[in-house]
Amino acid sequence: MPHDGNESTKPPSDPALRVKALESLLVEKGLVDPETLDLLVDTYEHKIGPQNGARVVARAWLDQDFKSSIKIDCSSIIKQVFGFEGRQGEHIIAVENTSKTHNVVVCTLCSCYPWTVLGLPPVWYKSAPYRARIVEDPRSVLAEFGTDIPLDKNILVWDSTSELRYLVIPERPRGTEGWSEEQLITLITRNSMIGVELAKDPAS
Amino acid sequence: MTKIDSFSLLNKQPCDDEGPVFAEPWHAQAFALAVHLSESGLFSWKEWSQTINDEIIKAQNAGDLDLGNTYYEHWLNALELLVRKKGIFNFEELVKRKEKWRDAYLQTPHGDPVKLTPSNDGY
Repeated sequence: MPHDGNESTKPPSDPALRVKALESLLVEKGLVDPETLDLLVDTYEHKIGPQNGARVVARAWLDQDFKSSIKIDCSSIIKQVFGFEGRQGEHIIAVENTSKTHNVVVCTLCSCYPWTVLGLPPVWYKSAPYRARIVEDPRSVLAEFGTDIPLDKNILVWDSTSELRYLVIPERPRGTEGWSEEQLITLITRNSMIGVELAKDPAS
Repeated sequence: MTKIDSFSLLNKQPCDDEGPVFAEPWHAQAFALAVHLSESGLFSWKEWSQTINDEIIKAQNAGDLDLGNTYYEHWLNALELLVRKKGIFNFEELVKRKEKWRDAYLQTPHGDPVKLTPSNDGY
């Protein structure tokens, strides 16, 4: 016997107990279905994530028409093409990095984020220092991520809202001519689609 | 406030290719509750964003450095507030139920599943 049968179970943290309280009351009132909750958690843990966004970006690198359309209305197109659908009725538009402009995304209010294509945001995205500093001094914040943007390149900072969110299309790295969509996907990271990093260098 | 170290330390999670999406199980449950309630129409996502934004500001004013690691605490505060605002339960009911869960843990032998026992008080 690994345990003494009389030893009690240590309660979890206070917030964990608060969540259990809410959930059990809501289930009893019929406002929440436990199976739907489990499915939501599973979906966000395993099925929705930056791999969705990487697919969209790789397609955009290969298909000019696709790229033009997601710069106008990314949410409708990706629903149509890939079946990726937003849950909060939010719109996503894609913003493209070019030789003249670098784009980076923030939500200064809370942490609105294009869940459909990137999953849930990383902790730093939700932190007050990032939310404030990327607006005040984007170049130095990007440098701290190891991303040096030349001084002659403009940096545009996009502030997300609950209704409009942004996906950055990083510049396609040199040396990837003739690459397939599947190969290109391997170069596209979550951070490159938030705009704090560049796509991976195929040589590295 | 120190610059990068305030968020670079946290840079690895969640939802990275390598890392867990939710740092703790209750984060996942709280997340799913809000999405579920908004989908079922108890509140709109816009209402949700506004409420969590207010909670973040409140926490910052109370001294929270708001480095992202307390995000789900704001999330939970917003969830409780909206549920109360919508008249689903009051604060007392939530606290009472929380304590009931705590007791259930303490009364359950280690290793057994923890369940709430039915009682006459309705909570």
